[in-house]
Amino acid sequence: MTQRIASYPGTALSEEDIERGHVLSVHDQLRADYAWDAGLAIGLYLDGLKAGVILGVRCRRCDRTVVPPRAFCEQCFAPMDAFVPLADVGIVNTFSLCYVTWDVKRIVEPLIPAVIDLDGTSPPAGIMHLLGGVVPDRVHIGMRVRAVWKPARARQGAITDIRYFKPLRRG
Amino acid sequence: MSMRRVAVVGAGMTRFVRRAMETPKELAWHASRMALDSCGLTLNDVGGVCIGSAPDAFDGVHMKGEYLSDGSGAWGKPVMRSYVGGGTGVFLGPHGWYHVASGLFDVVLVVAEEKMSSFYPHAQAAFLTIFDHTTERPLEPNLLWIFALEMNRYMQTYGISKRDIAQVAVKNKRNAADHPCAMLGEANITVEDVLNSEVLAWPVQRLDVSPVSDGAVAIVMAAEGVAERITDRPVWVQGVGWNLDTAYWTNRDLAYPEYVERAARMAYEMAGVREPRKEIHVVEPYDPFDYKELHHLEGLLLADRGKAPELTAQGVTARNGAMPVCPSGGLLGVGNPITAAGLMKVAELFWQLRGEAGARQVPGTPERGLAQAWGDLMQVGTVTILGTQRPS
Amino acid sequence: MTHPVAIIGVGWSGFRPVTPDVSYKELIYEAAVRAYADAGVDPRRDVDSFVTVSEDFHEGTSIFDEYVPDQIGGAQRPVHTITGDGLHGLAAAVMQILTGRFRVVVVEGHSKASNILTLPHITAYALDPILNRPLQVNPLAVAALEACRYMHESGATREQCGAVVTKNRRNALRNPAAAYGADLRTEDVLASEVVASPLARLEISDHADGAIVIVLADAETARRLSPHPAWIRGIGWANDSPSLESRCWARAVYAERAAAMAYKMAGIGNPVEEIQFAEVDDTYAYKELQHLEALGLCAQGRAGPLTREGATAPDGCLPVNVSGGSLGVGHLLEASGLARVLEVVLQLRGHAGSRQLGDVYTGLAQSWRGVPTTSGAVAVLSNQLGGRES
Ligand SMILES: [Zn+2]
Repeated sequence: MTQRIASYPGTALSEEDIERGHVLSVHDQLRADYAWDAGLAIGLYLDGLKAGVILGVRCRRCDRTVVPPRAFCEQCFAPMDAFVPLADVGIVNTFSLCYVTWDVKRIVEPLIPAVIDLDGTSPPAGIMHLLGGVVPDRVHIGMRVRAVWKPARARQGAITDIRYFKPLRRG
Repeated sequence: MSMRRVAVVGAGMTRFVRRAMETPKELAWHASRMALDSCGLTLNDVGGVCIGSAPDAFDGVHMKGEYLSDGSGAWGKPVMRSYVGGGTGVFLGPHGWYHVASGLFDVVLVVAEEKMSSFYPHAQAAFLTIFDHTTERPLEPNLLWIFALEMNRYMQTYGISKRDIAQVAVKNKRNAADHPCAMLGEANITVEDVLNSEVLAWPVQRLDVSPVSDGAVAIVMAAEGVAERITDRPVWVQGVGWNLDTAYWTNRDLAYPEYVERAARMAYEMAGVREPRKEIHVVEPYDPFDYKELHHLEGLLLADRGKAPELTAQGVTARNGAMPVCPSGGLLGVGNPITAAGLMKVAELFWQLRGEAGARQVPGTPERGLAQAWGDLMQVGTVTILGTQRPS
Repeated sequence: MTHPVAIIGVGWSGFRPVTPDVSYKELIYEAAVRAYADAGVDPRRDVDSFVTVSEDFHEGTSIFDEYVPDQIGGAQRPVHTITGDGLHGLAAAVMQILTGRFRVVVVEGHSKASNILTLPHITAYALDPILNRPLQVNPLAVAALEACRYMHESGATREQCGAVVTKNRRNALRNPAAAYGADLRTEDVLASEVVASPLARLEISDHADGAIVIVLADAETARRLSPHPAWIRGIGWANDSPSLESRCWARAVYAERAAAMAYKMAGIGNPVEEIQFAEVDDTYAYKELQHLEALGLCAQGRAGPLTREGATAPDGCLPVNVSGGSLGVGHLLEASGLARVLEVVLQLRGHAGSRQLGDVYTGLAQSWRGVPTTSGAVAVLSNQLGGRES
């Protein structure tokens, strides 16, 4: 490869090439709108969140309780319909201090996404959410946290009905 | 039933660049043309085409495989695009393999293309839509989150430091200085440079990450009996494996990539590899983030759990080490046009095993190499094992 | 094929215009459970590999293959996606089994089209972004352009296209799974509003939600597990040019080439003699006619007259889309080709209920990926291998 090929195809452009119009481009914005059916299991999960409850589901065959709920067990492939309320308390499985938003804007105060293993799941199963009400440097794996809910009237049946999770003890 | 053996007989690639002037079709054409030229074939010799490309959102084209088909030499031919997210590039090994091994095709052209720069203002924003639309997307996650979460868990579980991990970025970016298509080769980069780079999503910093890129790679695969007529040095597909774990990623052990182990075991079994640490002579694991190379070496059973950093520190994984890892420069050094970067790893094995890797050539005469990629929500492992020996 | 592959299990859920009661995962799970029960396999133990078909923009999720394993029993197993029609997925499964390293492979396809609120915009996004998209033409126009040229060259008439619609929607009345059964007259079709001439509203299939799962096996496993294997005697797929500027507008070249590949594999020299019934793509009414000619099931220009004469009706000499086709069942996005295969399998088994054809042993399923593509696939299935068995 390296010996025989003198030069490789592919022409690098700079920002300037675009900005000054050295090369032309076509701009287009996609109109993509969806309304996803939540279905049975996630429908119940969202109903639960609106009521201030995090719902898990239990597989009797596999003897495990998981969250988010699902209508079938991905391990044994049996249906699951034993929906159970979980505590809104859990343990930080892992976290990050993130200084960029989803669309890559720089921020000063980090967002703190985490996987939080919820009490009542077994073996431990988590959800992804945000941590708040904590000094970023004090966050650590193994920290106990509790959900901070939106006021009942403001809840819409969405994962954002939980504002964030904050440390049980002062961090 | 005895299997029909399959070989790689040609390869080509474009430069990997931050923003390419060429359209996606043109990038695919350049790589395809080069791969065919490299083994003296024309499109008339090609029975079918396999395409790999990651999310349509990058190129901004729905049904991107259809759009890419003529640029990939598939006009009038059977063409199929396979898709396992970031794992797609290396999955093209199994995909091309089963086309030929099935007996339906004697020669296939296998093409991977990615043009991430089309997405405005930044390709990373396209990744928002990889998260579950109901349970995760409303939190406005950045792609970096899942890597940062996994990296942190990996570090915590085994007591691994940022400094241990940064060595991988240094090794690969230095290796890439010898790659004519690389966008990030840096012969003099140091661990301090990595540790002092901008924090994006702690523990992930700027130089821990491979950047978005544009580029294309193509290989030609042929059946036994045909391959030997095309080249006197076919490189044989000895093993392939792939494995997809549950989508419920927050329910999983993030410290260890079990799906990689399962994919690797599938490939080792097919290749008859019993002691991978002795029998794999050059490794191209997926390294979009520096910790990922370590994580994957462990999943591939090429290092004990939590011990891959030690191999790196000891120089075992250096290009002239006992088990060269990412001699190409990997994604961290060559660039990361997702599927093209994956297929680049397979192409690198082809060149290394033929002794054609120039300044990147690993010492000795390697007989067997392994390429691996990972994708989706830290979920899929894909493995291609190539070797100079025709499988028995 | 020296080592034939068979379909040993089929399962489906839907097909309905909307399915607000189930998520896509639950919809697919239902189809999967039925398919595994039908095949007598446990997906967690007996299946060697899974192939799913989907397109990101139809799901509203990038890298949608992330979300496919759990509801098909594929977690921690070899699973991969083909961004193609279900028949492409079927071809991938056939190839895997033919390597000799896989015995049982599963194919899944689905549609949650009702969840896509801006489908025409999504489809337009498949047009070339530089050459075509800035013209802001509804992508349906691509079909209209093709229909215009096809009718010009073949002599097919609007009445003949209308006859396709009335036949397929009437056939759907006998298919309990179909979403759009109706008893229409050709005049109703011709009187429906013109959307993009020559296409009128009722010549365009409506979408439905649904999922289809198919279980394939190698010959030995198929004989062991299934009382009624449907043998895949031939499979083929091909593309014409994706570019609007260089494709053939009159003929379905992709279907001609896909059929040639499938017939060669099946050892079929004269499809008119050997194919007894067909399920072909009818996304638009003219497509059924164009495809029948491309498949060599009638001479160029003959599909229209034959349809008017009733030759393609269930009691005709070549029943076409007895299921109701996409016009009658509903267009199922990437699962559309699997719906064609499903009907062929049910007919070959004698499980097609009140629409069962008498004494059939070889059928054909064909798919097209819709505008603006020139991508299609063909499968030939038989309930007996005859002298071909090795
Ligand atoms: Zn279970």
